[in-house]
Amino acid sequence: MDFLTLIQIFDSTIRLSTPLLLACLAGLFSERAGVYDIGLEGKMLMAAFFSAAVAAVTGSVWLGLLAGIAASMVLAGLHGVAAITFRGNQLISGVAINFLAAGLTVLIAQDWFQQGGRTPSLMGGGRFTPLSLPLAETLAPVPVIGPIYAELLSGHSILVYLAFLAVPASWWVLNRTRFGLRLRAVGENPAAVDTAGVSVVGLRFAAVAICGLLCGIAGAYLATALQAGFVKDMTAGRGFIALAALIFAKWRPWHAMWACLLFGFLQAVALRYQNLDIGGLVIPVQVMDALPYILTVVILAGFVGKAIPPRAGGEPYVKER
Amino acid sequence: MDRMPKWADVVLIPLISLILAAILSALVILGIGEDPVAAVKMMVSGALGSTYGWGYTLYYATNFMFTGLAVAVAFHARLFNIGGEGQAMLGGLGVAIACLYVPWPHWTLALGGAAVLAALFGAAWAAIPAWLQAKRGSHIVITTIMFNFIASAVLNYVLVNVMRPQGSMDPATARFSETVHLPTLHELLAPIGISFSKAAPANVSLLVAVAACVLVWLLIWRTRLGYEIRAYGHSETGALYAGISPVRITMIAMLISGGLAGCMAINNVMGEAERLVLNATEGAGFIGIAVALMGRSHPFGVFLSAILFGFLYQGGAELALWTSIPRELIVVIQALVILFTGALDNMVRMPLEKLFLSLRKGRA
Repeated sequence: MDFLTLIQIFDSTIRLSTPLLLACLAGLFSERAGVYDIGLEGKMLMAAFFSAAVAAVTGSVWLGLLAGIAASMVLAGLHGVAAITFRGNQLISGVAINFLAAGLTVLIAQDWFQQGGRTPSLMGGGRFTPLSLPLAETLAPVPVIGPIYAELLSGHSILVYLAFLAVPASWWVLNRTRFGLRLRAVGENPAAVDTAGVSVVGLRFAAVAICGLLCGIAGAYLATALQAGFVKDMTAGRGFIALAALIFAKWRPWHAMWACLLFGFLQAVALRYQNLDIGGLVIPVQVMDALPYILTVVILAGFVGKAIPPRAGGEPYVKER
Repeated sequence: MDRMPKWADVVLIPLISLILAAILSALVILGIGEDPVAAVKMMVSGALGSTYGWGYTLYYATNFMFTGLAVAVAFHARLFNIGGEGQAMLGGLGVAIACLYVPWPHWTLALGGAAVLAALFGAAWAAIPAWLQAKRGSHIVITTIMFNFIASAVLNYVLVNVMRPQGSMDPATARFSETVHLPTLHELLAPIGISFSKAAPANVSLLVAVAACVLVWLLIWRTRLGYEIRAYGHSETGALYAGISPVRITMIAMLISGGLAGCMAINNVMGEAERLVLNATEGAGFIGIAVALMGRSHPFGVFLSAILFGFLYQGGAELALWTSIPRELIVVIQALVILFTGALDNMVRMPLEKLFLSLRKGRA
């Protein structure tokens, strides 16, 4: 494995990590506020479809992005109504949202485009184009640093940079603002927040809305940047890998980034090599596919550091008993 | 004192939820420019209008009875087993091993053997999440989701690299021998003079599924273990005080749940495909969630809602065949049923409770 191959694998790691990272941060906001969300997958899928569909029809990827975010936030709102307003089971609501998205996207795609549940391929302004970082061309010939800068860091779409900037932003919002403190408090002890005169329902809805926004960007990235158009079930379990990364990261933004990079790296390797041969030991591609889930189970089991979720996670808040 | 009469809780609420789901589904059909009334007519005639349609409806219903019971048993212990899909996949592996490597003299023995192995494999796949929940407190929903993905990777590996016959490109096992062929409803009903469609896949495992419904009912409401499971589900602290071990109940409930999900394989793998293919479960494990919610976790409710979903599945296939409505309509209906009967339960329940309270006040 030479240097250039390594650069290529890391490059594809960054591209594959981006949707995971966005969805993972989305889940982070929701779950730190005490609302479990296993509907990340569904929200991403819905956003992927609507962003691709609107981008295909209007030719503008930015309108597509907005449509994707709107679609994802509608589902987030539904989750909020079920989980917060009507105090329903958050897990069941998430399951329902995943199925709703899986069914509706194909149904609407077939009705609008008649292409067997996909959107037309996006071209030109319908896709996010790679950005070239300043001086990428001039620095490219420099050994080692040149390729790293020009190939690995430069040349991604704007959403990739946005996703990685969202990591410090999330950390700052959660740990350095009043809103973040309250949001974390509402996930640990909502009664205390209520006593302080802050609306539990309002905070949780705000968290769920942020979750919808980030999932929307993640889905739009999938359909308009990573690939050119929507195909049926294109999220392919990424919402669940993001959920796994969230647990792996123990609900912390910086750790979430490393977890998503790790899982993105596994996807990149699985994509490049069918069966990985490490010094005579052949690792089948299925092991690569299953590794994020196996690692998460190991972490959940508490053998390698215990993952403790927010204390009030999954429980609807009842103001008066 | 109950806020509502029992019949309202058992019948009225699921019925209203179902009607809400149906109305929204009709709106979806209208939205894509089709006629909902014509669609329902076509679904009814396609799924119930012939013994061929019934054969498919009952075949799907058999799958959903097993997975629905699996989810229901876990629900009674307040465990949400979302891993029915993975457990049913592993059950398929058990059936394939039983049918391919054991020379069974007769199908009855093969059915018994395959069912035991399928249940063991399914239970084994549920055992790790159950143990992690019971002993280490890892959330069962997350671990069972992870195990679904791991199961599909395992199956993918086994079918591509281990059990695929030499020279075959298809990731599937060899065909099972004729002796383990399960009689279809056609073969069962012909001797008593009832003609049933030859082409339909409904088979003797339907009877096994119905028996499983009865057995689960006996277990939950007529045995000491069932009582302990329900007590644990109602109140963990109460159960602990009564000397019921949470670890034991969590393990047992999940093992039974996984075993039931695994048993689904005798229908889809042994009864229909007669070999193990990739994605043999086709999402039936997830439909079990909708079936259990709709059936209020009661075996008879599961039985009825499994047939309802069997009807929806076969009807939906007919729609996809004859109109431009894709099969995914069923996924939407399934999602709406889960949403209304599960997540938005309080939306229906709260106004009804108010109504019944005011009625009672009026009478007093």
